[in-house]
Amino acid sequence: MSLFNVFNVAGSALNAETIRLNTTASNLANAESVNGDATKTYRARHPVFQSMMDPSSAFGDDPDASTGVRVLGVVESTAPPLMRYAPDNPLANKDGYVFSSNVNSIEEMTNMISANRTFATNVEAINTARDLLLKTISMGH
Amino acid sequence: MFDNIFGIHEQALLLHGQRIGVLATNLANADTPNYKARDIDFSAVLAHTDDAPLPMRATQEAHITFSEAEAPAGELKYRNPYQASLDGNTVEMPVEQAAFSENNVRYQASLAFINQKIAEMQLAIVGQ
Repeated sequence: MSLFNVFNVAGSALNAETIRLNTTASNLANAESVNGDATKTYRARHPVFQSMMDPSSAFGDDPDASTGVRVLGVVESTAPPLMRYAPDNPLANKDGYVFSSNVNSIEEMTNMISANRTFATNVEAINTARDLLLKTISMGH
Repeated sequence: MFDNIFGIHEQALLLHGQRIGVLATNLANADTPNYKARDIDFSAVLAHTDDAPLPMRATQEAHITFSEAEAPAGELKYRNPYQASLDGNTVEMPVEQAAFSENNVRYQASLAFINQKIAEMQLAIVGQ
């Protein structure tokens, strides 16, 4: 019964979106982190989503081949860290520069909104599937 | 007499249940790069359920029999997006949400028809 599959599929999406929210929170928290060494600066992290293919079922003609989503990994942004002249900062290098993280706060905020909406949609899908299943169970009463 | 009292709604209920799974998959993969949204062509599949497929002839012991229950219920088709997105994802949230709620209503409608039929039958059995 495919309706039970909705719980697995939407559940995997909730998990993936939670990881996305976690990385966003981590990025926002470290948006102002500085370091004297450019290679040790915090870099924005982003999860990579991938749909889970069920290898046992032939893709294309099986409606039960529901594919959830999984986080393939978390990649660090390759954007260069921001160099700032701050000789007062105890972390500054010998030239008086600090390197702040390459987190783009606006990008992170939009990411958060997107994750929030997808999360809510999947919760709604789970609720709908649950309602339909409960109604099906009470069929004939 | 009671072979087909629920009419088309028995198959429709199963198909709507499967479609919910497919649409939930689309919703779950709304942010997955290169994911292609899929859907069931409802009327095409339902049209197929009417004519019973021909049974396969097994002339030797080694022939694998094929039961109807294992038959694929319908081919999944890819959705044509209104606006292609840069990351190759063809899930359009409003379209999927609309399809999901439409399917939800249709499922409940089929369920209501079946419930009504059961109530009718019980009335006929009890007779009062």
